[in-house]
Amino acid sequence: MTAPSATAAPSHGATSASFLSKLEIDVRMLGMLAALGVIWIGFDILSGGLFLTPRNLWNLSVQTASIAVMSTGMVLVIVTRNIDLSVGAILGVVGMIIGVLQVQWLPAWLGFEHWLTAPIAVVAAVLVGGAIGLFQGWLIAYLAIPSFIVTLGGLLIWRGAAWWVTTGQTVAPMDTRFKALGGGVEGALGATATWIIAAVACGLIVVALGLSRRRRVRFGFPVRPAWGDAVIAAFACGAVLIAAAIANAYPLPVGIARRWAEANGIAWPEGGLSIPHGIALPVLIAIIVGLGMTFLARRLRFGRYVFAIGGNPEAAELSGINTRWTLMKVFGLMGLLCGISACISTARLNAATNAAGSLDELYVIASAVIGGTSLAGGVGTIAGAMLGALVMQSLQSGMVLLGVDTPLQNIVVGAVLVLAVFVDGLYRRRIK
Amino acid sequence: MQANGTTPLVEMRDISIAFGGIKAVDGVSVDLRPGEVVGLLGHNGAGKSTLIKILSGAYRPDAGEIYVNGEKADIGTPRDAKRYGIETIYQTLALADNIDAAGNIFLGREVLTPYGTLDDATMEAETRKVMARLNPHFRRFKEPVKALSGGQRQSVAIARAIYFNARVLIMDEPTAALGPAETQQVADLVLQLKKEGIGIFLISHDIHDVFGLADRVSVMKNGRLVGSANVADVTQDEVLGMIILGKCPPGAVPGPGAS
Repeated sequence: MTAPSATAAPSHGATSASFLSKLEIDVRMLGMLAALGVIWIGFDILSGGLFLTPRNLWNLSVQTASIAVMSTGMVLVIVTRNIDLSVGAILGVVGMIIGVLQVQWLPAWLGFEHWLTAPIAVVAAVLVGGAIGLFQGWLIAYLAIPSFIVTLGGLLIWRGAAWWVTTGQTVAPMDTRFKALGGGVEGALGATATWIIAAVACGLIVVALGLSRRRRVRFGFPVRPAWGDAVIAAFACGAVLIAAAIANAYPLPVGIARRWAEANGIAWPEGGLSIPHGIALPVLIAIIVGLGMTFLARRLRFGRYVFAIGGNPEAAELSGINTRWTLMKVFGLMGLLCGISACISTARLNAATNAAGSLDELYVIASAVIGGTSLAGGVGTIAGAMLGALVMQSLQSGMVLLGVDTPLQNIVVGAVLVLAVFVDGLYRRRIK
Repeated sequence: MQANGTTPLVEMRDISIAFGGIKAVDGVSVDLRPGEVVGLLGHNGAGKSTLIKILSGAYRPDAGEIYVNGEKADIGTPRDAKRYGIETIYQTLALADNIDAAGNIFLGREVLTPYGTLDDATMEAETRKVMARLNPHFRRFKEPVKALSGGQRQSVAIARAIYFNARVLIMDEPTAALGPAETQQVADLVLQLKKEGIGIFLISHDIHDVFGLADRVSVMKNGRLVGSANVADVTQDEVLGMIILGKCPPGAVPGPGAS
């Protein structure tokens, strides 16, 4: 067992690769950020400076939220070598149920615009979505029906069920507090809250880096150089603060700002009042979901098992892992996230329609795959998938901005998906 | 067949299992005493691996009983087997390729922090300790085991088996993928573990391997036990006869599969 290759010393060349490896940065993720930068700058030039405006970036972030939330769950599904084609349909049926719940059932009991309506609707969405996911997971894990088939069936079944909730009628409008979940003016958190959130985020970044460093030092493990931690902290905090500044640079429309001023007893000044949007609630939800899912995947036993199952299902089984229950939970989690996305998209549309979430399954899967999740299983990151969702949405809204026809939009998005996976394959083969 | 009266660490009695009507293991009995190495021999498809997978909890037998320290044991899952101190090094190594060495060694038995999160630092520290004993040159603690060489992967699999104080170790073709130096290291390890009182089932199709290390051999053919013998009482040719022809020599105790 004295394997000779074990002593291969790390090269000390001053190449950029070794610089990056010193920082322990995922080169792949950096490539994705670069691609996103190219897309953004490209659209900005083509649209004559319309793309990189606070207004467009704010809308982009809100439009991405729903797909980004679901893509975090899809990563775990695909990591276990499965697929979920039913997420859009689950979103549809859950959206219809919570629509009817807050427009017909709850008002009959609580009255209109009761403060409990929104919380009850959210809890119901999460429970219904989670239950559907667990049921599909049970079919897949315990009855050994392939996930492709179960969720393909689910796609048809839940889409049909969405129609049955109201026999196809659209339900509107939503509860005012609930509408905040979709962004818009109600869901903009304002400047102060945005700066507070950004400051907390920066604090957490520094604390997390410090804690992980201290633990490695305590065990005498090699640590990355101190300047490396400092550079990472600086970049991460800088990104957070810039994002906050952009969200705060997008003012509310004049009419709404005037109403807000009146409601808060502020005199409307002569030159108008610039009230910033700040970060949108659905974006904050997506970020929290992303952090939570990353924690789940990286820090908890459950996540370790999910990746072990994807890497070698037989080994996971032989290690004593309850692979079936783990798999069922993965699908349950996916359903739960569909419930959250159902809230976001129903609130954003201010209506529940039985077509909500159509084709979302494909965007969600594409986000995960563009984000580096391998369909062969065992490989994928939550952050990558969310970035993938942002790339997809950037392409779409950029093309909308340029007035590209919908069929051509689909052609471009499809081509980018195939190209991204091809480039990723090249990259993986090269580093192997 | 031997005089020592100690209770066997493990005794498998009349074990049978069938897959789709084909009896992979048919009425096989084997036992193992503390500090003993028992070689399990036979052609590919003789049922060796299936037999030990029953002991390690991967399969549940259709018939037969397993006794651990003289008491009837119910082994239905790999977790049960591990609770009885039975650890297995599989021929395929059974490593999750996308996870690092520590993740594999502690897979299914993770060390958790008081908050219920994975205690990766402790697991890595323990991994460094156990790997220092098995493979002092091992440095690639942070990489998925996919990136490791055959010998390194083997030492991760062995580390996983011995870290949790195994009393019974099953080694399924432990040297099949190794070079001569690494094979010698495995042999040294077997002798060291034997000294510590661990019982070892050594599964191999290479009779020379087994003769060098085992105290006893049991030979299987077509799912049935040809016979068992003390290594001192039989010659290599006689054991070859057992493997190939199913012929039980005078120095061995014949089983139901002897012709």
